[in-house]
Amino acid sequence: MAYSEKVIEHYEKPRNVGTFGTQKEIKERTDIGVGLVGAPECGDVMQLQIKVDDNTGRIEDAKFKCFGCGSAIASSSLATEWLKGKTLDEGMKIKNTEIVEELSLPPVKIHCSVLAEDAIKSAIADYKQKNSKN
Amino acid sequence: MRAELPKLPMYLDYAATTPCDPRVVEAMFPYFTEKFGNPGSRNHSFGWDAEEAVTKARQQVAELIGADPKEIIFTSGSTESNNLAIKGAANMYAKKPTGHTQRGHIISVIHEHKAVLDPCKRLEKEGFEVTLIDPQSDGTVTREMIEAVIRDDTILVTVMWANNEIGTFNEVPEIGALCHERGIIFHTDATQWVGKMPTNVKKDNVDLLSLSGHKMYGPKGIGALYVRRRRPRVRLMALQEGGGQERGFRSGTSNVTGIVGLGKACELCAADMDAQRQRLGALRDKLETKITNALDVVQVNGHPDKRLAHLTNISFGFVEGESLMMALKEIAMSSGSACTSASLEPSYVLKALGVGDDLAHSSLRISMGRWTTEEEIDYAGDKIIEAVNKLRDLSPLYDMHNEGIDITKIEWAAH
Ligand SMILES: Cc1ncc(COP(=O)(O)O)c(C=O)c1O
Repeated sequence: MAYSEKVIEHYEKPRNVGTFGTQKEIKERTDIGVGLVGAPECGDVMQLQIKVDDNTGRIEDAKFKCFGCGSAIASSSLATEWLKGKTLDEGMKIKNTEIVEELSLPPVKIHCSVLAEDAIKSAIADYKQKNSKN
Repeated sequence: MRAELPKLPMYLDYAATTPCDPRVVEAMFPYFTEKFGNPGSRNHSFGWDAEEAVTKARQQVAELIGADPKEIIFTSGSTESNNLAIKGAANMYAKKPTGHTQRGHIISVIHEHKAVLDPCKRLEKEGFEVTLIDPQSDGTVTREMIEAVIRDDTILVTVMWANNEIGTFNEVPEIGALCHERGIIFHTDATQWVGKMPTNVKKDNVDLLSLSGHKMYGPKGIGALYVRRRRPRVRLMALQEGGGQERGFRSGTSNVTGIVGLGKACELCAADMDAQRQRLGALRDKLETKITNALDVVQVNGHPDKRLAHLTNISFGFVEGESLMMALKEIAMSSGSACTSASLEPSYVLKALGVGDDLAHSSLRISMGRWTTEEEIDYAGDKIIEAVNKLRDLSPLYDMHNEGIDITKIEWAAH
């Protein structure tokens, strides 16, 4: 498998790796939305966390962890970069095809970009759901 | 800091194929050019020279496995040897002719190489019945396991000697004895075994044995099938017909250069097998100890002792195989990933051992050989540990594990 330079670059220096706390802590925080997508038996799991500024409604920080191939790692790393500074609506507009293009993913790796889009949508939905209750 | 780094890329995939030993290449060389004759040419010196070389090589192969030279059939490799042995014996000992069902029962194991499984599948389509048993969770197959599935109409048992992914040995001599008691033909795919372990087809009760040149420092495209001539005298239906070479078992002008190379490779293996086994076993143990001491949730697959000395198969929990290979791209190894994203084909060998999803996702098969050095193994060990740690820093699953969350209890949305 030959990877594009951008994939290798993200893989070697992934951006924004980490979490805003343990799973338990994160559950209780209303300023954070979490997307956990994929499945271990399929070979990729992405966890994306966004921290939203209550006043501006913008994503002030994003972090990821990823169990998966180099393209999955690069897709989630890129997603965190793109999310920072965006509003939730802008975040919802990120398309997997843009990730494919940016990273020059080959057809067999398109599912990695789909997963990253799912992770973004699911993190935003989680944030919205947490904040609709109160 | 290390004074000298080993040369990169580093080759630790000797179970996939080996480089030719320069002494092998040297022995082959004259047979390309000045001694190019056809061993079938009976009436000039070119033919005689070639014939003499083939006779010598047959002797060298026979000696390595305790056979009579007349019992060695040269083939293009283990794939062909397996096909000839399995299809050839099944068709020869069939209970009913082609076109019928219930032609006979064949026993094999699910973690065999595809070059055994696929011929068995073919025979299934042609009216034979095939039972594939599961190995034990340590990868081994015992006499009792075969005995439990033998039937009155069993005509052939085929069980590999050492497995190519995990290196585990099966009870070949015991299974052979059982087959002889029951009048069943016994074949073993010994591709990974021969040249590394002492072999005596007579004492080990083998009727048919496949071996391959390129796994033992010989050239690619040459191998042999041992066909027992006494007690029992094994007969086979040839797959390939023509000039009647190789006692009619395998027609076609002999691959003289390949045969000479295989012969030399066998002679060299016989000479240094014991020393290499000791040397590589110590390196293997050093590597395994280093890795298991440095990392948690790792598992060495297969039987702890009944296995090849130069090979180890290690699973690393919570990291994915392809990304691990990417981190280790300067070291050539095999990935037994249970789920390589490109093919989505799980390692059926590891699955057969019941390796769980948490561990099956990335395993490395590291196999060493004649030119592997201690420096290389030290370097590879450091790099593997570094790569696993790097990927675990990235792995949400490893975090969950450390927080005491059981990932098998989470409802994952499979895609
Ligand atoms: C156990 C086993 N059987 C058969 C083969 C096929 O051998 P060859 O490449 O000589 O056809 C291999 C090698 O890949 C093997 O490891």
